[in-house]
Amino acid sequence: MRLKIWAISKRLLLQITFRNQPLNFTTMNLIKFIESFTDDNALRQNASRRQSLGQLGTIGKKSLLAAMPTGLLTLLLVPQKSAAATTLTTTADNNSPTDALRLALLLEYLDSEFYQTGLDTNGLIPAGRDRDSFTKIVNNEYGHINTLVQALGGTGSPNYFEKPEFDYTAGGLFDPFNNYDQFLALSQSFEDTGVRAYKGQSPNLISKPEMLQAALQIHATESRQAAEIRRLRGAKGWIQGNNRDGLPPQAQPVYNGEEMATQAGVNTAQVNNTGGPAIPSIAGTEAFDEPLTREQVLSIAGMFTPVNPLE
Amino acid sequence: MKETFKVKEVGLSNRRSFLKISGLAMAGTALLFTGCSDDDDTGTNNNNQMPGIRNGVFDFGGGDNGILTYAYALEQLEADFYTRVVNGNTFGSTFNTDEQAVLADLYHHEVIHREVLKQAINTAVNNNQQQVLPNLNFDYGALNFGNRSQVLEIAKKLEDTGVAAYNGAGKYLESAANLTLAGKIVSVESRHASVIRSLINPDDAFFAANDVVEPSTGKNIAREPSQVLNEIEDMGYIQTAFTANYLS
Repeated sequence: MRLKIWAISKRLLLQITFRNQPLNFTTMNLIKFIESFTDDNALRQNASRRQSLGQLGTIGKKSLLAAMPTGLLTLLLVPQKSAAATTLTTTADNNSPTDALRLALLLEYLDSEFYQTGLDTNGLIPAGRDRDSFTKIVNNEYGHINTLVQALGGTGSPNYFEKPEFDYTAGGLFDPFNNYDQFLALSQSFEDTGVRAYKGQSPNLISKPEMLQAALQIHATESRQAAEIRRLRGAKGWIQGNNRDGLPPQAQPVYNGEEMATQAGVNTAQVNNTGGPAIPSIAGTEAFDEPLTREQVLSIAGMFTPVNPLE
Repeated sequence: MKETFKVKEVGLSNRRSFLKISGLAMAGTALLFTGCSDDDDTGTNNNNQMPGIRNGVFDFGGGDNGILTYAYALEQLEADFYTRVVNGNTFGSTFNTDEQAVLADLYHHEVIHREVLKQAINTAVNNNQQQVLPNLNFDYGALNFGNRSQVLEIAKKLEDTGVAAYNGAGKYLESAANLTLAGKIVSVESRHASVIRSLINPDDAFFAANDVVEPSTGKNIAREPSQVLNEIEDMGYIQTAFTANYLS
């Protein structure tokens, strides 16, 4: 086994060569990769699919990691910390309107290719409500891409970037184009991420009223889509607490923070309504969606984006 | 006697809209009073106008406080509507189990939105109750709360209108905190709109049909406050007079 570590654009890229097969990790998906072993359920769910991954050959990830000497594991984990610190300091300035739009464009690319691939996969999306909804959703995402690219100054602008390559297996954890339940689950996580991401970026557009309104309009469409996909899965259209509604544990960062109960100084768990039925304490967490920071969004998108154009 | 208000576009030069009050309504004919506040055309910054009584009628005011008050009025309407829906004598038989769960959730959410916006306004005006929009009165006329399709159609209208209202008002907020608060609410309103629409018609992507999501851009529609207040006025459910002379 060989290990190479080098820096690309402020990030560390690690390559582990195992039985002549190179495995590339950015620091972010390396963290996800290692975290994935802390959940037995995820391992069980993905055990059979892992074996089919060309990238890993016939070697299960767990055994790969187990085979590493302790010193190597330490080496893998140490740069993760320094890289995270670097990320925090370098992204502190990424709060311009352009940065906000570019982050949104990355998410729209991620979503649109996912849905288009799903629609193009024979037998995956059932005819009727499901297929109608995803057809509408992918068309909306294309509209969002056009809107964002125009706002960024067009494809000739230095602010524009092309769609990167995505890995919707997240390094072999998921198999969404052969498993409709997983396709729906990832769809939900993408839409709920989009809702929270646009919300988090809206203050960065406050100086650009037209861009802000366009972003709010896209944000509202993402929210409609999120609710529809959640309902297709049999879940509520809104997020209760930080409940990920049966999604795999890797999706928990999409929901962390949604349990916020205090809004504008009001403890929403204690709201009553004279003349109406009692209001459950959990309802306040449903009634408000919470923003995600740029770093949180990049961390989630990074699971599916081996080389992130924004980093 | 029913008290109504009317919205009327006046003063093309300053693009502001004025909500006009009719103190009397007789046989479907509304009397319109077209008065303006004293400083409308003096270049006074609308953003400094606080919510409160002017000429005997509560005005939303301008700036962030005006937008918050505008949102508070819309949330009062939604909360009142869903309170009546879940209180309906035949709620358990008019709607199936799924629909009851959805409508109960919407009732919870809208009451909480109303109370949170009320508190946000109270904080902004240092608890000066003269500057907090009072509880509005509502009347739904012939609406039958035991009629499933009637109730769902009104819910759709209210939710779609609410989303468009927040979308159009966000750009008038100067405070990032207020913008974020509005953003936290509007996405849930949009989830509501989507689900209500799918209860009416689960197929044909009705949750995001062309009347609410522009097919070429994928953008949910946005409405200026004056447009929204016109639509609300046309619905005729709010019985309490108010003006909105300083919004945007």
